[in-house]
Amino acid sequence: MKNNIISKEELCNALAAKIGRERFEKFQNARVAICGAGGLGSNVAIALARSGVGHLHIIDFDKVEATNLNRQQYKVSQIGMNKVDALRENLREIMPFCDVTTDCVRIEEGNVCELFDGDTIICEAFDGAKDKAMLVNAVLEKMPDKYLVAASGMAGMDSANNIRTKEIGRRFYLCGDFVSDVEKADGLVAPRVMLCAMHEAQAVLRIIDWDNKEGN
Amino acid sequence: MVKINGEEKDVAGISVAKFLEDNNYDVSRVVVEVNFDIIPKNEYDTYMFKDEDSVEVVSFVGGG
Repeated sequence: MKNNIISKEELCNALAAKIGRERFEKFQNARVAICGAGGLGSNVAIALARSGVGHLHIIDFDKVEATNLNRQQYKVSQIGMNKVDALRENLREIMPFCDVTTDCVRIEEGNVCELFDGDTIICEAFDGAKDKAMLVNAVLEKMPDKYLVAASGMAGMDSANNIRTKEIGRRFYLCGDFVSDVEKADGLVAPRVMLCAMHEAQAVLRIIDWDNKEGN
Repeated sequence: MVKINGEEKDVAGISVAKFLEDNNYDVSRVVVEVNFDIIPKNEYDTYMFKDEDSVEVVSFVGGG
């Protein structure tokens, strides 16, 4: 991308100045898949891009709707666009040198292995409970070498303090309050959805930081 | 005793499928890990909880 304001080297130096060169290099080399570009995924993507994660793979089949704007990182001008295209556009403005690849497809049990072949860490960012369970079961069963970060429970108006991160399996982390179901609670508000997304994003960064330190 | 989501339960010898049914879990929303390993869905009928197993049953809720 043509950029007359700042060169890639200048921007990388600025990011590295905030977190240290060694950590920045780890983040730059990381490959993270984000499954769903809604309230969780769009926020996770922006947090990871700002942190200097070098390679994001965003998968979503949906289009931007007006009802998304209360919590998802899109603009009125993007209504009707494919979410993956709108998010790539926004990421390019925020962090132009982040390598973003997109797939506008529905993730199913049958395409999990081929979709995530090149990714090290998989972030589940769906909204449906059954879809979440399908993806988590498929990744844990078929791709045990991948790290997996998922989310469950962020609906309603409960305290922000109830959103947390829990280590469930060897390479599986779950974020949320684990109980607030959108089918039972009254709706989804930006702060709690974003908090949950930020728990996911921070879990991803900690995995990157830890994984490379262990030499894996 | 079997530790399920942090609570001791007397379910040794009971299958994953029976436990989920008895406790009103929706199988299409759950992930079951025993001692940090996933139990594949097609083993829910045959995997029997053993004494001292540490089990996590994640029952996903909607929203995102």
